[in-house]
Amino acid sequence: MSNVAPLPKPPHPKERRILFDNLSKDNYSNDIDCYLKHGGYDELKKAMQMKPGDITAQVKTAGVRGRGGAGFPAGVKWSFIRPDNKKPVYLVCNADESEPGTFKDRYIIHQDPHQLLEGMIISCYAVNAKLAYIYIRGEFPEGAKILEKALEEAREKNFLGKNILGSGFDCEIYVHRGAGAYICGEETGLIESLEGKRPYPRIKPPYFPAALGLYMSPTIVNNVETLCHVKHIIRMGGEEYAKIGRPNNTGTRVVCVSGDVQKPGNFEIEVGAITMGELLHDLCGGLKEGRKLKAIIPGGSSAKVLRADEKYKIKKKNDQGEMVEEEIGIEDILLDFDTLAAVGSMAGSGGIIVMDDSRNMVETLANINEFYAHESCGQCTPCREGSLWMKKITARMASGHGAEHDTDTLKSVADNIAGKTICAFGEACAWPTQSFVLKFREEFEQAGKALDEHKTEGHHEPTFREVAMEGVATKGA
Amino acid sequence: MDVPADFDQKADEIITRYPVSKRSASLPLLHHWQERFGYISPFAIEWIAKKLELEPINVLELVTFYPMFRQKPVGKLHIRVCRTLSCAMAGGYQLMDKLCEMTGIDRPDHPPHADPITVSPDGRWSIEFVECLASCGTGPVCMINDDFHEAVTPENAGEVLAKYEEQS
Repeated sequence: MSNVAPLPKPPHPKERRILFDNLSKDNYSNDIDCYLKHGGYDELKKAMQMKPGDITAQVKTAGVRGRGGAGFPAGVKWSFIRPDNKKPVYLVCNADESEPGTFKDRYIIHQDPHQLLEGMIISCYAVNAKLAYIYIRGEFPEGAKILEKALEEAREKNFLGKNILGSGFDCEIYVHRGAGAYICGEETGLIESLEGKRPYPRIKPPYFPAALGLYMSPTIVNNVETLCHVKHIIRMGGEEYAKIGRPNNTGTRVVCVSGDVQKPGNFEIEVGAITMGELLHDLCGGLKEGRKLKAIIPGGSSAKVLRADEKYKIKKKNDQGEMVEEEIGIEDILLDFDTLAAVGSMAGSGGIIVMDDSRNMVETLANINEFYAHESCGQCTPCREGSLWMKKITARMASGHGAEHDTDTLKSVADNIAGKTICAFGEACAWPTQSFVLKFREEFEQAGKALDEHKTEGHHEPTFREVAMEGVATKGA
Repeated sequence: MDVPADFDQKADEIITRYPVSKRSASLPLLHHWQERFGYISPFAIEWIAKKLELEPINVLELVTFYPMFRQKPVGKLHIRVCRTLSCAMAGGYQLMDKLCEMTGIDRPDHPPHADPITVSPDGRWSIEFVECLASCGTGPVCMINDDFHEAVTPENAGEVLAKYEEQS
């Protein structure tokens, strides 16, 4: 009864749909016959004629960077498997999509599962993985069923199983469901979970998955979107693919826009081809009536927030090829990995959350902090304790009981988490607090005066809950 | 107590997907159990542990870690409301209040260390806040059992619940 909402058709002229190409077609369904009718598995047939090493080389040439969050080049990741490796190799598709603000994988899994499978089988062949898993988050039960069905269809056509298409290559893929833990999106945590344990991330070194991954064997973990790109790299060839986007920021990527815009949704864009302003005004139809932009979280809730009136200095090559410094505003930011890193945030998972001037930043951060406090796995003390303290302090501030020292305490707690934990969750939970407090300090200081004012006035900014209660009361009246 | 033969058979089939280590099948078997019997009982933990040649603690520690597993029965219709930022901005908290009102659930405001799940007095409905359900563009979202519902507002929540009227 429930499926994902269809993408708007036709695509906006500023979009460039490669992964979403099939999804844009009329009457496209997720069964294998429809996929085959639209040229499905042609690239697998092509890849099977190639040498595995050549496929990896093509993916390297293409320069496709991981779409899950870290943005690490997929081909380079693959080539970390030692050439003299004697152990079995595994491939895992990370479909644990749970970074707040990100909602692309479900679209692909529900509407075009065979695209993912084809990308996976080609990737398995390239890295010589005979066993692969799709780690799908537990809250996607329907997605898991769709994938199971697609796998069955692929087996029937001998795209999976023994001696695939007569190549002598055997490969099997299974669906593995998570159970509601965000930390399973971290690749070593995911591997622990796949081994049937609590998903406590492993320390790197030595546990780089390409060396010591699943069952202590070399393992490649790639995001759903990244694996889909592999199919298109084989279709176009690495060099041709690398022409899409900008150097070091190649290909297309899906950006997921949510929050205070007219038309939120998924947009597949050429990386670095459009600016934040074009995304907001052209693709998303601008802000809500009468509202002004206040802030944007550009790469999932872990990414550092960007303030609307900030100016960023970025280095750029001019016409003479010299490096010059340029000052840009938030709407001039090019949507690619390097530019978002240059302005002090990250492209992350592509989840862009837009906030207008109706939003209270203390309350927003309190919401984000509640998420991280809930999701910390608890293995490292700074993160387990710190995320909880940040949640408690911001929740108190948002409910009108802020104290003067809260702003500095928040910063100090966050500063003592980042860089002091086994996995990147430490940074992920510290960055929102660090950036919100730095960039919207006046709001935090204002909230910090509440305890004093409380004694005299008892006034404070309403929280999400209080707004909700008010809504209910009004309706009842 | 014994489990039904078809349940046992399916469990064996699940284990074959993990040729390297049976232990990997612990999450799938927990899902398998919860889908059939509603929650993870002490017997379930012992049964799964035995099936996978593990100690019961190896299974229990998963149940207490992963938020989706529960050790108590829930309503026949279990609602998960997304609490995280984009949905909260779109009105997720208002949706939670409305759903509680409609299902007759008296949910404590912020259960600090309590069970996050609240069940309606008639046992038909249960509800909990969950973290990001990865549908941020169409918030507020909720799940009712395995079904996903997007853009559910206090105004149209009644229509969504009505679809479950016939299910007892």
